[in-house]
Amino acid sequence: MDLTTLIFGRLTLESFPFHEPILVATFLVVLLGGGALVGAITYYKLWGYLWREWFTSIDHKKIGIMYIVLAIVMLLRGFADALMMRLQQAMASGGGEGYLNSHHYDQIFTAHGVIMIFFVAMPLVTGLINLIVPLQIGARDVAFPFLNNFSFWMTTAGAILVMISLFVGEFAQTGWLAYPPLSGVDYSPGVGVDYYIWALQVAGVGTLLSGINLVVTIVKMRAPGMTLMKMPVFVWTALCTNILIVAIFPVLTATLALLSLDRYVGTNFFTNDLGGNPMMYVNLIWIWGHPEVYVLVLPAFGIFSEVVSTFSGKRLFGYTSMVYATLVITILSYIVWLHHFFTMGAGASVNSFFGITTMIISIPTGAKLFNWLFTMYRGRIRFEVPMLWTIGFMITFVIGGMTGVLLAVPPADFVLHNSLFLIAHFHNVIIGGVVFGMFAGIVYWFPKAFGFKLDPFWGKVSFWGWFIGFYLAFMPLYALGLMGVTRRLSQFEDTSLHWYFIVAAIGSLFILGGILAFVMQLYVSFRDREKLRDTTGDPWNGRTLEWSTSSPPPDYNFAFTPVVHELDAWWDMKSRGYKRPLSGFKPIHMPKNTGTGVILAGLSIVLAFALIWHIWWLAVVSFVATLGVSIWHTFDYNRDYYIPADTVTEAESARTKLLAGQVV
Amino acid sequence: MAHNTLKAAADAGEISFHVIEDDHHGDHGHASDGGTMLGFWIYLMSDCLIFACLFATHAVLGRNYAAGPSPADLFDLRLILVSTFMLLFSSITYGFAMLEMAKNRLPQTLAWLGVTFLFGAAFLGLELYEFSHMFHEGATPQRSAFLSSFFTLVGTHGLHVTIGLLWMIVLAVQVWQRGLIPENRRRLMCLSMFWHFLDVIWIGVFSFVYLMGVLP
Repeated sequence: MDLTTLIFGRLTLESFPFHEPILVATFLVVLLGGGALVGAITYYKLWGYLWREWFTSIDHKKIGIMYIVLAIVMLLRGFADALMMRLQQAMASGGGEGYLNSHHYDQIFTAHGVIMIFFVAMPLVTGLINLIVPLQIGARDVAFPFLNNFSFWMTTAGAILVMISLFVGEFAQTGWLAYPPLSGVDYSPGVGVDYYIWALQVAGVGTLLSGINLVVTIVKMRAPGMTLMKMPVFVWTALCTNILIVAIFPVLTATLALLSLDRYVGTNFFTNDLGGNPMMYVNLIWIWGHPEVYVLVLPAFGIFSEVVSTFSGKRLFGYTSMVYATLVITILSYIVWLHHFFTMGAGASVNSFFGITTMIISIPTGAKLFNWLFTMYRGRIRFEVPMLWTIGFMITFVIGGMTGVLLAVPPADFVLHNSLFLIAHFHNVIIGGVVFGMFAGIVYWFPKAFGFKLDPFWGKVSFWGWFIGFYLAFMPLYALGLMGVTRRLSQFEDTSLHWYFIVAAIGSLFILGGILAFVMQLYVSFRDREKLRDTTGDPWNGRTLEWSTSSPPPDYNFAFTPVVHELDAWWDMKSRGYKRPLSGFKPIHMPKNTGTGVILAGLSIVLAFALIWHIWWLAVVSFVATLGVSIWHTFDYNRDYYIPADTVTEAESARTKLLAGQVV
Repeated sequence: MAHNTLKAAADAGEISFHVIEDDHHGDHGHASDGGTMLGFWIYLMSDCLIFACLFATHAVLGRNYAAGPSPADLFDLRLILVSTFMLLFSSITYGFAMLEMAKNRLPQTLAWLGVTFLFGAAFLGLELYEFSHMFHEGATPQRSAFLSSFFTLVGTHGLHVTIGLLWMIVLAVQVWQRGLIPENRRRLMCLSMFWHFLDVIWIGVFSFVYLMGVLP
């Protein structure tokens, strides 16, 4: 072993993709954009502010917002991948070769899937839950505030690793679940799969810990009087989602650990010789992967429930059935995983079992849809932007659900599996369910987080861009799938497919419009924030406790812990003429900020990078440092402080003035 | 509207909508120690699922010897029995440490922690001896799928024991520095749950990997 290998491992000058003009150009753009951002932050002397008020913050609201910012940044990256695929297929289906070589194309579809699930959908879900659930249950923070900050930074660290792979080395070319033997060391000897493994392992630590944190928060920290059946539906779905996270992410951790043992140590779990069994991996990864779908969509269902009842001015129809439907989906989601590989050859009995359980899931989901419809029925519906997303969801999701039931029929699946029909199906439920839900949630709770509403005009443009774009982009894919076109193709022989791909590409441009309109919406709303200001704390005439405090809420959320008597606690308080207390404030016990989360996540990036590139000395050093910092952190016993009563009084009097101004 | 009549009805105002907190009980909205216990318990259950995956993997691959050595060739059950008892004794002595903690006796608590540490270290030493013995016979993790899953399952348990031992040292230092304050009691309780959990996992390893492994 020569000295350079000892110092740099597998990392050489050839690892940097200078020969790929697309990547060089991307790098320059990122360099310019990133440089401008860093320059601006330095120029306006914001580093200290960001570090003190955001990066080290253990305030659940700020952490929630940071999760959502991460998700939006990664959405831009993941969507750029989508545009590139649509363009390649539109070009290649016309008879040409397109502009992407297969090595690059395979990385793009892998990165697209990984980023969209792990670094867009997951942070959106976790972010909104973090931001809203403590407010909805009348708590002042989550159960473990430091862990919350640490979880966020570990998720970010995973995202950073994926971004590093764009410019240093390569990403996996295996598809988003990295099935062996393709992802084994024989067929993927490069660093791509290692980037995949370590990015997900690092982010997975954050996801698991935040799952535990939020379960304990919901179980232990509800305001007095809020029994389980008085919890808002969003809290219920958050509880089920986080229980699912705790129950499935260890499976992902174990599965990826076994894959990395195969790759690093030479064990034979998923190899084709010496007794290994690749189908073990496929089973294990889907035992994680299928419930993961419900991790993403259940909170979206919760958001739609809140939005529908608020904007229909009625309490939710069938609250109890909604809760039970959520629980049934949670349980059923565990026993359907095999429908992802009916063609494994498990036999008719096994396939029938999993086919039937899959179809049964559509029953509680259907019950939910009827509940939302009946909530709207004879309601005084306000067509604000969150309601538009909700109605768009109800239409789109039903179509996606029906194609899902179609795919659940094993004989049909034998024909359709691995085809573009499947791609169209899951984009139909993920965009129509999760993405629409998250946008509804962002628009709905934005005034709570920042104190001003989002501009409705650009919100509507954004909605229609996504809505029309989705149908244009994915309906042709259903047709193509039925004709037998398989997924993950970068080259085509049959030029008669051309116009389908052209339409799909146009659809993706509409979605681009939707995303740009969303960014525009943020800009316009910030510019016009005085006009859009919410001084009441309750801009939509809401029903749940988060609307009972100011917008944005003070650090301590509630000057006095609320007492709950009814479902829709805030509605109940308003209708019984609740008077805000104006005096008698007490000091409030709060946790202190800490930088340990940032440091540990930074060290994890170094450790993962060293493992990916086989830089063993660095791996040892960063591992020992990680351990050392963790232990050092446990010697700090001084972790909380009191907000003095005077400060609370000051903040509350300011609010009293605002509310009084409202009346005048 | 219906809620206007409700409003009139509630004018008597006997219903309270917020908690009146006194100065020393401003902790509402923070989970007390019960939160940590529940959280740690949930963490242990998630860890249990990692082991469940490894057990399942072993159930599938445990007989795939690939013409290599089988459990009957490799395992020395007497040695495993000794190491099993090392771990079981360590759980008992940890229990004694917790009893002393309940009586608020610092030196005795630390002493029993020390005994627990020694039993745990003995278990780990025996495991390392067993592994090195198998390596010398050519039974490495690369040899067959059976050995891959064997070393991974037993090794993951061993790794947990190592972490437990490291934790025990750190916590002993903290208890020695600050005494049996509430934070340290909570931490001792968490380590206690962790340590007993490893015992339970080991019972599974002993039964399914070793005892059932040597069956023909």
